[in-house]
Amino acid sequence: MREVNSFVKGIRDGLPICFGYLSVAFAFGIFAAANGMSVIEALLMSMTNVTSAGQLAAVPIIASGGTLIELAVSQLVINLRYALMSVSLSQKLGKSVRLIDRFLIAFVNTDEVFAVASSQDGAVGRKYLYGLILTPFLGWSAGTLLGAAAGQWLPPIVISALGIAIYGMFIAIVLPKAKRHRPTAFCALLAVALSCVFTYIPGLKDVPSGFAVIICAVIAASVMAITVPVREEKPNE
Amino acid sequence: MNNFFLYLAVMAGVTYLIRMLPLVLMRRKLQNRFLLSFLYYIPYAVLSVMTIPAIFYAVGNWHAAVAGFAVAVILAFFNRSLVKVAAFSCIAVLAVELLEKF
Repeated sequence: MREVNSFVKGIRDGLPICFGYLSVAFAFGIFAAANGMSVIEALLMSMTNVTSAGQLAAVPIIASGGTLIELAVSQLVINLRYALMSVSLSQKLGKSVRLIDRFLIAFVNTDEVFAVASSQDGAVGRKYLYGLILTPFLGWSAGTLLGAAAGQWLPPIVISALGIAIYGMFIAIVLPKAKRHRPTAFCALLAVALSCVFTYIPGLKDVPSGFAVIICAVIAASVMAITVPVREEKPNE
Repeated sequence: MNNFFLYLAVMAGVTYLIRMLPLVLMRRKLQNRFLLSFLYYIPYAVLSVMTIPAIFYAVGNWHAAVAGFAVAVILAFFNRSLVKVAAFSCIAVLAVELLEKF
């Protein structure tokens, strides 16, 4: 099987991901700062995790002094999809990829990196993969740094308005997909309904936020997976 | 600060293991249809849960939040990019907050 293994091509394919990450990470940095995290803390979190939804769920848990179990379970559930991507990516790796490379590449196997690597014809080599993950990692880190720092010096009314940015991005991810694929729309509506139940109904609203996210998302995704299983082979298009 | 590093170690450790173990250990493709479907739906479910109702408490007051939400929904419906949707949503919030100030 042909192997794509040019470092330069990897860099070139990674740059669009890098630019996308800059803005999402900027919004994350603002969000982290608004929840009382320091610039260094926000930066360290991005550099060691490289995951958007997982980090966003972690910030309120840490801010509210949640338990380590709550944090661990939230990361497990929210990031479980990466296991599927890693399984899939493991089938694409070329002969040049050594065991040590697998340990390093796994660190930045994000949704977008996975999608680009998967879309190559034939196998992917180690040099290509290192090029591919380099700029997205830098973009994710730099964006977080800038966002968290901006959170310190922008006027309060602007900071307040920027607080909605990350949610706007979430809507921009879910809605176009929900428009094209009705079961995804049902999944989102069910998840929102459950989320409101866990926010407003007495008793349930005392469930720690990290657990509530997990419970609502797992119920919604399970109900949909049972009633409308996805047909296509590539579930994370 | 110590406490923060404990949180950081747990979340980074869990996330890395999820990514690393399958890449290092597994060689076969997943066949289970429920599991594949569940993994397809879970990101959308998580994002939806985290967005509503939290978005309505994300900014200074709920009028501004509703404006930002409406703008985001309209732009997202017409497939605008993530950055555009987020930016115009912020601008709508800022506009409402400034208007109500004066």
